[in-house]
Amino acid sequence: MAAPSVLEMKRIAKAFAGVQALDEVDFRAQGGEIHALLGANGAGKSTLMKILSGAYAADGGSIELNGAKLSIGSPADAKAAGIHCVYQEVDTSLVAQMTVAENIFLDRLASSRGDAFVKWNGLYEEAAKALKQLELDIPVRKRAGELTLAEKQLVLIARVLVEDAKVVILDEPTAPLSMEETERLFAIMNRLKEAGIAVIFISHRLPEVFRMSDRISVMRDGRMILTEPASGLTPADVIRAMLGRSFEEEYPKRSVAIGETLLTVEDLAAGRRVRGVNLDVRRGEIVAVVGLVGAGKTELSRLLFGADRAERGRVLLGGKPVDLSSPASAIRDGIALVPEERRKEGILVKESVLHNLSLTMLRPLSRFGFLSPAAERSHASGLIGQLGIKAASPYQLTATLSGGNQQKVVIGKWLSTGAEVFVLDEPTKGVDIGAKRDIFNIIGELAEMGKGILYLTCEFPEALGLADRILVMCDGRIVKQFARGEATQEDLLYYASGGREE
Amino acid sequence: MKNKVLDFSFKYGALIFIGIILLFFSLYNEYFFTYSNLTDILRSISIVTFVAIGVTISLMVDGFDLSAGSTVSLSTVVTATLMIWYELPLPVVIVVPLLVGAAVGLLNSFLIVKVRIPDLLATLAVMYIVSGLHRTYTKGYSIYNNMQLADGSKAPGKMYDSFLWIGQGKLLGVPFPVILMLIAVIAAHLFFKYTRWGRQVIMTGGNEEAARLSGLRVKRIRVWAYVASGVFAAIGGVLFAARVGSGQIDAGAPLLMESVAAVFVGYSVFGAGRPNIVGTFVGAVLTGILINGLTMMNVQYYSTDIVKGGVLVLALAVTFIHLTRRKV
Repeated sequence: MAAPSVLEMKRIAKAFAGVQALDEVDFRAQGGEIHALLGANGAGKSTLMKILSGAYAADGGSIELNGAKLSIGSPADAKAAGIHCVYQEVDTSLVAQMTVAENIFLDRLASSRGDAFVKWNGLYEEAAKALKQLELDIPVRKRAGELTLAEKQLVLIARVLVEDAKVVILDEPTAPLSMEETERLFAIMNRLKEAGIAVIFISHRLPEVFRMSDRISVMRDGRMILTEPASGLTPADVIRAMLGRSFEEEYPKRSVAIGETLLTVEDLAAGRRVRGVNLDVRRGEIVAVVGLVGAGKTELSRLLFGADRAERGRVLLGGKPVDLSSPASAIRDGIALVPEERRKEGILVKESVLHNLSLTMLRPLSRFGFLSPAAERSHASGLIGQLGIKAASPYQLTATLSGGNQQKVVIGKWLSTGAEVFVLDEPTKGVDIGAKRDIFNIIGELAEMGKGILYLTCEFPEALGLADRILVMCDGRIVKQFARGEATQEDLLYYASGGREE
Repeated sequence: MKNKVLDFSFKYGALIFIGIILLFFSLYNEYFFTYSNLTDILRSISIVTFVAIGVTISLMVDGFDLSAGSTVSLSTVVTATLMIWYELPLPVVIVVPLLVGAAVGLLNSFLIVKVRIPDLLATLAVMYIVSGLHRTYTKGYSIYNNMQLADGSKAPGKMYDSFLWIGQGKLLGVPFPVILMLIAVIAAHLFFKYTRWGRQVIMTGGNEEAARLSGLRVKRIRVWAYVASGVFAAIGGVLFAARVGSGQIDAGAPLLMESVAAVFVGYSVFGAGRPNIVGTFVGAVLTGILINGLTMMNVQYYSTDIVKGGVLVLALAVTFIHLTRRKV
């Protein structure tokens, strides 16, 4: 094995439309190390990585690998230099109709070097070897489209391996994975590291960052704030570096008087993901439903909102049955949903903030069918101020807001509708730390107003920090209930992964 | 710099192009820029504008109504037969074709919303069904005054003068179809800009799932959009019959392409980046001017299809270059 390679990015600068996204950033990654790159959204980490992988061109600065200067003008240049990136959207990097083996060798098949004829047997053998090296049991002749999300990701990593990579960027690889799949990924990351590859690991989850990384770099506002060995840092240090201020309390929790029962769910079931759920939420109460990915939380939230059809069971709000035949009727009966897939289901990205906020309020904002521009504007400005949405004007396109501000728009559109129960499905997914706090505050305010909150999440610390009551969901059922302060993360994990009471 | 040029050409390209060809034709032929010729141009696009408004609405909900052209043909021959074969009163002559158009729209939306066939394929199939229907209905013949019927007798009726006035008359010196067209453009524009229902249509087209999860009844909205598309095509058909004074077979066939071209030219007008009524009107004006001017330059009618196709390609190129560039 060659000596571990050293990647150096020096004084990298990049501006978008006059805004300095990267301001003379230095970054150094070493072969045989897992190097975590952290930062709130908009800090510049993805811009930096896109420059490294050739997706963007830097305005200034240099990139060196083992002392030799690289000129990276395109993703192909980066790949030729041994720099590979596994993006979060695995589907865009794989060809669904082609086999696993073809996908693994896609770069080689697509390039003009090499033979004109493909040696299929050799290809399958080599692909099998690469997968074996990662201790993966994926048939090489299977079509990529039939793989699970986690398997697709692993195939992409295998592709990186056969391409003789020196630097591998993993952009939030664990976000879509279950616990077990995450463990498998971590094992593979360690193997990449042992092979002398520099692994750059981007993640929002601090516990796994501290578990996996040898070195941590934190960016903020387009600058590199710190780069230090992980062993010398604590999560509090990192959060402080990311925010630029100390973090008094991660989870603001208000004490709210809990009133009568508001929402009752009885034996709700559909398919194999939701198999008879019973729960209730009271006025002013935040009830968290925690579970691993695939436990059925999203499916449950959609049933409660009439987005999918339930096979049996019923939902009562204030003692009256809720009409779950469509979202429109569930909304009329007082239920609001903040869906998991924000950009696909929550907002219309190509519309203005104002249009998004008006969407649920079209009837009250109009007279004789005509919308009142003045009423719409004051409605939107009011919510923008109230929720601290960072938008230049109500007419700004929602696509250009950060993830956290987009999420505030999704929540905001329900605030004036008179909804009584707010169902929030992973509301902090892809949201940076500062905006997370704002969202927690909004949820607290809603509880103070006497609304019922059903908070579905796979982030256990959030449930522990926010909820008055925690329900653990596993395999389509609620398997355990904890009052506030009763449970630890280990307890939640135990029941969420199928553990039972002795 | 390059971006600015692209942006500018996207926003104002169609308008500038109209200006240039207006100037060019005016200099080329002294009769071009006269009141009578300009109203002629507007009258010539009045029918296609109605069809194009319908197509615009189907595109607004992220669909596509390919059956618009054959709906025009169907409603044209229905209108004519109601007078020539059955001699029914004028209100019936006007309302029945509109109901026929609405029925085609309902068939489209049934296939798309209930059966879930993709829009393009469903309306492609319906396009052929409707086209076959209108030919079967007339046994393949065009409908004209006192036509010879299959049994050898003569048809009893003629096109009514009051009906023909709709397509050929003038009000205060302005051709009546032009007035109808302007009213329709303004009303449709106001509808989509200022009414709750218009906003619902636009939002549904923007992201159907997000709109549904915000409480919009998206299926119902899509149904209405296709019904509206059918009705607007049918209005086009009625106007066509009133204009030519007979019920021509396949009258609407060329209108589909022209209206699609108008919609896509309009896609970019003022940088809207989506189907919109004013833009569609601008698109229709652009094609109208081009064809009128080229006719004056003695370009044969059968060659104008090349120009229409060229305009569509140009409009699509501008639209898609802009869309894909924005994604990066």
